[in-house]
Amino acid sequence: MNDMRLLQRTQGMNDIKIQANGVDVFYADNHAIKDVSVEIEDKTVTAFIGPSGCGKSTFLRCLNRMNDTIDICKVTGDILLDGEDIYDPKVDPVQLRAKVGMVFQKPNPFPKSIYDNVAYGPRIHGLAKNKAELDEIIEKSLRRGAIWDEVKDRLKQPGTGLSGGQQQRLCIARAIATEPEVLLMDEPCSALDPIATAQVEELIDELKQNYSVVIVTHSMQQAARVSQKTAFFHLGSLVEYGETGKIFTNPEDSRTESYITGRIG
Amino acid sequence: MSEASTNNPAHAPKTSLLASDARTKRRETAEKRFRMYGIAAIAVGLFFLIVLAVTIVRSGLPAFTSAVVDIEFTLTEVQFDEAEGTVFKTKAYQGFFNAALAERLQAADFDVAFDEKAIERLLGKTGGTIREFFRANPDKLGEPVSFELPASSRVDGYFKGRVTRDTLVDSRFLQVSDLDIVDAMVDAGVIKTVFNWNFVTGADTGVDNPGGAGIGASVIGSFFMMLVVLVLSLPIGVAASIYLEEFAPQNRFTDLIEVNISNLAAVPSIVFGILGLAVFIQFMHLPQSAPLVGGLVLTLMTLPTIIISTRASLKAVPPSIREAALGVGASKMQTVFHHVLPLAMPGILTGTIIGLAQALGETAPLLLIGMVGFVARGYPDGVVSGFLDPNSAMPAQIYTWAARADAGFYEKAWGGIIILLLFLLAMNILAIILRRRFERRW
Ligand SMILES: Nc1ncnc2c1ncn2[C@@H]1O[C@H](COP(=O)(O)OP(=O)(O)O)[C@@H](O)[C@H]1O
Ligand SMILES: [Mg+2]
Repeated sequence: MNDMRLLQRTQGMNDIKIQANGVDVFYADNHAIKDVSVEIEDKTVTAFIGPSGCGKSTFLRCLNRMNDTIDICKVTGDILLDGEDIYDPKVDPVQLRAKVGMVFQKPNPFPKSIYDNVAYGPRIHGLAKNKAELDEIIEKSLRRGAIWDEVKDRLKQPGTGLSGGQQQRLCIARAIATEPEVLLMDEPCSALDPIATAQVEELIDELKQNYSVVIVTHSMQQAARVSQKTAFFHLGSLVEYGETGKIFTNPEDSRTESYITGRIG
Repeated sequence: MSEASTNNPAHAPKTSLLASDARTKRRETAEKRFRMYGIAAIAVGLFFLIVLAVTIVRSGLPAFTSAVVDIEFTLTEVQFDEAEGTVFKTKAYQGFFNAALAERLQAADFDVAFDEKAIERLLGKTGGTIREFFRANPDKLGEPVSFELPASSRVDGYFKGRVTRDTLVDSRFLQVSDLDIVDAMVDAGVIKTVFNWNFVTGADTGVDNPGGAGIGASVIGSFFMMLVVLVLSLPIGVAASIYLEEFAPQNRFTDLIEVNISNLAAVPSIVFGILGLAVFIQFMHLPQSAPLVGGLVLTLMTLPTIIISTRASLKAVPPSIREAALGVGASKMQTVFHHVLPLAMPGILTGTIIGLAQALGETAPLLLIGMVGFVARGYPDGVVSGFLDPNSAMPAQIYTWAARADAGFYEKAWGGIIILLLFLLAMNILAIILRRRFERRW
């Protein structure tokens, strides 16, 4: 890790995209997230790090209400997207998820063609008026997903026939296609080899120009490489949150330091 | 230090990979024994399967053939007018036919006493058939016409080895001396065995006429019944499964429903039969013996099978697919109908067809609601009558035949089994084809 470079990575303050205030999450009796408050900036990559089972995924899934699909999961506290409470009863989680896209740990393309994979979101949200527009969205999304050149000649072939890294980039392109404002990624590289990981990381770096990206990772190197902000979770609590450079070089909390230096994890 | 060194591979006694030690030998024998058990089990299974298949084919094939008297016969216009002028018209036709038959046999050096009563025993009353033919086709008068008249069931049995000279007891149906005439007819080439289309297309007959019995009418009965089952159980079953699996909240009530559905699948079919009798016939006053009612009863029986298999296939769709769809902003409903259901389709179809095949072979509940074999006396007049008129179904027809005294019916029962199995085979092949078609392994 190049400490000097990390320190130089200064941030112009961006707008707050997501604001979480006193969020608690329970899986039945299991108190998985304890009073977490965090401000996630627009056009920034925010990394969630922490030991396995500390609640990174759980918190991430609160941000697009994916936890709603788990019956036993209860979320309390406020989460505001552009100042609007996403847990307000008037909010349709489906609409929310179109705005807050998600990429999962294991690449999960639909068992359909590459084209249909990307086209699915725009189709159900009515983003394209005709075939030409849809084609355009698909090309744009695949380009942004940094996979266009590899698949442009085989759009009609199944998405599941791609390699793991390609599949994950296809999933990112699929998430981008619905024009989200926030992109949530839950360990997007953990099933990928180093080369594919490098490609996806490069992609994430580009995505931050347009989106607010939140990435969960268990690799501290990855957090250091791609993120501007880092949040360290431990046993369901947010221990420390700040500039990535600062967290990795000069953490305030001793638990953060222990984790970074490999003593807990 | 010395203890540690025993664990050090460098100090362990050298063993050769080429010589297997006692442990390995024991494991290998155990594995070999297990393989032998498996092979033996499969061999026993195969043996019984073959015995079953051979028995069915051997006992059932005779039902598909029948002995007929094939004779060329010319009726002149004079004879026609003469016969139509008499009081016992069919009797007159029978006379002309017998004369023709006698002539034909004499031409073939026939030297057995020819007796009109005996011919009646062998062929039944032939006059009616002949009269009907010539009244319908008067232009055929004066030219030779080839008639194929079915021999009586006992003569048929004589050909198939069911009736022998030793076992035959003289009766009004057949006498030993009649068999001489049969033998002579065989020598003269008048009698022969042909494919019995009537068995495939015909209807059930009275208990004393096994020769004329056919399974066609009850095939139609089964068809209309299965139509009811398919139209009701597939949509209801799939809708119920989707709701229970994807939308229903997990609570005591849905747990109770779940347990009850599993239990329903194990309820004996005769219970559904008596339930159908009580509810559909006695309470709702639907017609007795109607394929509609049979279909309703079998629907009740098939639903649990379809629901269980549909839920299993819905469950088998990987959660990552649901997450993917929800993640791009699909609603629960869209997720289920766009992604989960298509992936579960092969399983659903297989389950449905297996459920339908079970229903097709079900007998007991049909007997309780009156769809017994002997009501299958003819084809329905149309679609409505196909659902509402008394009819039987294949397995009930087979059961009825098997219960009848005349050995001729026994053969029909086996023949019916062959037809039933052909339908089941066809359904299973359909299930495989549909599975292949919908199963997209990408
Ligand atoms: N679907 C679930 N049902 C019940 N408990 C869960 C579920 N998902 C996660 N948990 C629990 O919540 C806690 C946090 O898990 P998670 O958010 O997956 O951690 P991380 O992603 O940081 O490894 C763990 O104790 C885990 O057992
Ligand atoms: Mg996780």
